[in-house]
Amino acid sequence: MATSRLQNAQTRLAYLLVLPATLLILVIYIIPIILVFLASLTDYTLVSDYFEFVGLENYRTMFDDEVFANAVGNTFFYAALFLPGAFVISLILAIAIQEQKQFRSVLEVLYFLPVTSTLAAMALVWAALMDSGQGVINNSLETFGIPGVNWFGREEVVLYSLAIISLWSIIGFNMVLFLAGLTSIPQNLYEAAAMDGADHPIDKFFRVTWPMLGPTAMFVAVTSSITAFKLFDTVAILTQGGPDRASEVFLYLAFLEGFEYFNMGYSAALSLFFLGIIFLFALVQALFTDRNVHY
Amino acid sequence: MARLELTNIKKSFGDTAVLHDISLDVSDGEFVSLVGQSGCGKSTLLRIIAGLETPDSGDILLDGKSVLNSAPKNRNIAMVFQDYALYPHMSVGENMAMPLVMARLPLYARLPGMRRVTPVGRRAQPQIRAEVEKVASQLRIDHLLDRKPAQLSGGQRQRVALGRSLVRNPQVFLMDEPLSNLDAKLRVQVRAEITELHDTSGLTFIYVTHDQVEAMTMSDRVALLQTGHLLQVGQPNALYADPANLDVARFIGSPEINIAAGERLADGVKLGDVTLPVGVDGTGPVQVGIRPEAISVSNAAGLAALEQPVKGPALSFTKRMIEDLGPEVLIHGHFTHAPDGLVRIRAQKSGVYGETGALSRAKTLQVMLNPEQLLFFDAEGQRLSAKALAATTTTTTAGAA
Repeated sequence: MATSRLQNAQTRLAYLLVLPATLLILVIYIIPIILVFLASLTDYTLVSDYFEFVGLENYRTMFDDEVFANAVGNTFFYAALFLPGAFVISLILAIAIQEQKQFRSVLEVLYFLPVTSTLAAMALVWAALMDSGQGVINNSLETFGIPGVNWFGREEVVLYSLAIISLWSIIGFNMVLFLAGLTSIPQNLYEAAAMDGADHPIDKFFRVTWPMLGPTAMFVAVTSSITAFKLFDTVAILTQGGPDRASEVFLYLAFLEGFEYFNMGYSAALSLFFLGIIFLFALVQALFTDRNVHY
Repeated sequence: MARLELTNIKKSFGDTAVLHDISLDVSDGEFVSLVGQSGCGKSTLLRIIAGLETPDSGDILLDGKSVLNSAPKNRNIAMVFQDYALYPHMSVGENMAMPLVMARLPLYARLPGMRRVTPVGRRAQPQIRAEVEKVASQLRIDHLLDRKPAQLSGGQRQRVALGRSLVRNPQVFLMDEPLSNLDAKLRVQVRAEITELHDTSGLTFIYVTHDQVEAMTMSDRVALLQTGHLLQVGQPNALYADPANLDVARFIGSPEINIAAGERLADGVKLGDVTLPVGVDGTGPVQVGIRPEAISVSNAAGLAALEQPVKGPALSFTKRMIEDLGPEVLIHGHFTHAPDGLVRIRAQKSGVYGETGALSRAKTLQVMLNPEQLLFFDAEGQRLSAKALAATTTTTTAGAA
């Protein structure tokens, strides 16, 4: 009897202790997601008091819509430009800096600086740098006899320009993640590799560094992918989706539909689709990270 | 097979000198232990031999040829790391094949996946596999080849590490505290296996350990290092019975040697009330090193002799406590005349002790020292030569408590 009373008391205490966190998760994540899902089943707009349930109509519209297809296409194209750079450049920098003894901390800080700055403000700086007329970049190119580029004005260039800005802002962050991963690789594995004859940099990389970096690499790949699909602020500030929808990416389209055209129902459907993609990435990470840990 | 010579090796890390002028000559097929407390430089010396560190000066000769400027892989020296340093992402078989893959395949065939695709990789594969399997069956780990290191026990990992070194067919085998991660029981077993491996392979072994028991039981010769100095090199028994100085005497032997302050007189060395019939060079104070088994208990409070009487003068000994080690006991206490010096006596458990427990009750014992087993050191700890004196011993009889 006494033990069961004690157990009950402990159970009550346990529920009491998880209550605040549970409430927060419900209020901040779960309930809004449910509300967005419900909204996505309506034709609710901000300009009309009246709305009704339309079922999956919004989703049907979405998949028939050329604008939606264009936004998804732009997003994937941008991700394909951004991701390899965000991954490979950061990794190369991390390995190079890891081997530095003297200037390591200075270089770390320098590369990390863009992460600490506000991207919205920095986007304006980049706009000035990349200005087609008086921008520093075009002026420098012209000094070497290379014709300037209309960075934000040409349909086929604008996504590259946005990718360059995003790379600048994320490389330092990824590099620090990779550095943490590199630091945790036991030094004696490299020594064993040297004894075994794997002392060539390429062998060291493929035999020790890369396999041991597995969990870090997975984390960097997933978080960078999410960042790529989240592209919004530079688009909103610099191009507003232009020229001619060439930089209209997924999240910007959801924003346009919701807050420019006030089609809240449709915008909710777009947002849920976006959430689904992010969820897939998170799932991939959760499934693979545990399996790839060797130590 | 190989003879390894180290000549005047010096090494500093920054301002800290780790190795001072180490010279060591290891003959072909010999098993030499580098032993010393942590931080004495033994691991650094091993890493210098392996090629993982470069000495500031000095030379390393393998069969008369300097290997100082060779990369570790070209030295024909294998090394087993303290925590094995197995590649966690590779199977046991791949771990062991690593040195062969690196030595036999060109770079392009070593890239990920290329070993199975390139002709040179496919040609080398069966031979590599066969050699790995041969070594694996020698070490009785052939059933583990497809496992990952994380799935193995400590002893099995140890063998994989040995195997990875053996497939290289090295001339010299280096081991850095290979037993320190094993539990006590396994340690004894693996110790025997390593000795056996040395006997069957006939390779030159250099073995680093902080455990003097390992060093004493396994090696042909022991090299004792302290703060970067090579104190003494010799056969295990020589280090025990004939140490060059007090540090060696202290390090070798468990329990540690007892040190008592004595006085050199014309007719012997005075220790408390007794004068030991030993002639030691010089005059004045002397440190007397007494191994725990050089003392024997002659009687205790009405107790008959516990063991075979040892010739020598009797000394009063105050007992503090007794450690029962099974077949023998360790008696802790001090000579009654010198309450500050801890003295341990190793005594065989005799019937008398077992039956009556008189030894446990006794507070003061009469003990005798065997003059032939005593070691003498000067104030700086240098060994002094001693010879037994024929003169009759002066014994002061002290009453039993």
